[in-house]
Amino acid sequence: MLAAALAFKRPPQGFEAPGTEIFETHCVLGSGDYCLNRASLLMILAAIIVLALFLIAFRRPQLVPSGLQNAMETVVEFVRNGIALEVMGRDGLPWVPFLTTMFVFIFVNNIFEILPLIHFPTTSRMAIPPLLAVLAYVLFIGAGIRRHGLGFFRDALFPPGVPPALYVLVTPIEFVSTFLVRPVTLTVRLLANMVAGHLILTIFFLGTAYLALKPTTIPFAIPAFGLGVFLMMFEILVSVLQAYIFTILTAVYVGLAIHPEH
Amino acid sequence: MFRQLIGVLAQVEGDVGTIGKGLVYGLGAIGPGIGIGFLVGKAVEAMARQPEAAGMVRTTMFLGIAFVEALALFGFVLSFII
Repeated sequence: MLAAALAFKRPPQGFEAPGTEIFETHCVLGSGDYCLNRASLLMILAAIIVLALFLIAFRRPQLVPSGLQNAMETVVEFVRNGIALEVMGRDGLPWVPFLTTMFVFIFVNNIFEILPLIHFPTTSRMAIPPLLAVLAYVLFIGAGIRRHGLGFFRDALFPPGVPPALYVLVTPIEFVSTFLVRPVTLTVRLLANMVAGHLILTIFFLGTAYLALKPTTIPFAIPAFGLGVFLMMFEILVSVLQAYIFTILTAVYVGLAIHPEH
Repeated sequence: MFRQLIGVLAQVEGDVGTIGKGLVYGLGAIGPGIGIGFLVGKAVEAMARQPEAAGMVRTTMFLGIAFVEALALFGFVLSFII
């Protein structure tokens, strides 16, 4: 029984499941180490899209918004009320422009995954998430130093209200969790979500194409395609959610740096 | 029984690393799965008890999910690295 379960030695031949090689890109413009590949061109496209969205929406603001201005005002209002005011209180208002830009930029980079003709989330390459995480890291340390001076590090490493003997235990934990783990988890969360989504979608649609080739396997191709479409909708949700989570965590870190007593 | 299992496992040909990758992600997903279930359940309970605090609870719930989910994602990334 057990032997029968483990007996098959190789997966059935014919279908090569895609691996991490689908994330490799080649030079499009230029050559050598400093060339523009598909991912970097898409990132520039994302920046242009974000710029165009905000410029077109708010170039001539109407008192009664309509169309694109209406949509972008909803986004700004969501970030203002749902993220900045909710997490940081009134101190969060100066951070609304930055947080809105970050949210829209990450969302555009994520949604490239399901846009026709593009189908590649730029945040699934180990280039953009670390950049954004380092930006958040520098900003929350900078915000803390600007508000509290070097007392920010004292409050972060030696939180008040703890018995002095416990600092032996608390300070290393606080140091690791605040200054080392935060940027790493920000990076890995965004990256791994987009890598996983892209891999799953690729496997499902390549599998559909493979199964649809032979008449005997067409009944299996239909549910595979249906599940692929369902996963595509799920990836829209993941794109919004990851942009939201990245932005809200940045807001939380800045908020904790401004008001350390929590 | 155990000796038999070892004997069978020794006969398995092919890429044993693939099994390891599956194990890394599968084992790494157990804890966060339990954690997210517990967390969201408690958040729903809190929202049902106090609907006016739903916004605050939802924000905190997403934060908690983000932290718990990170562990599962580390397992996912490690499965590519090993």
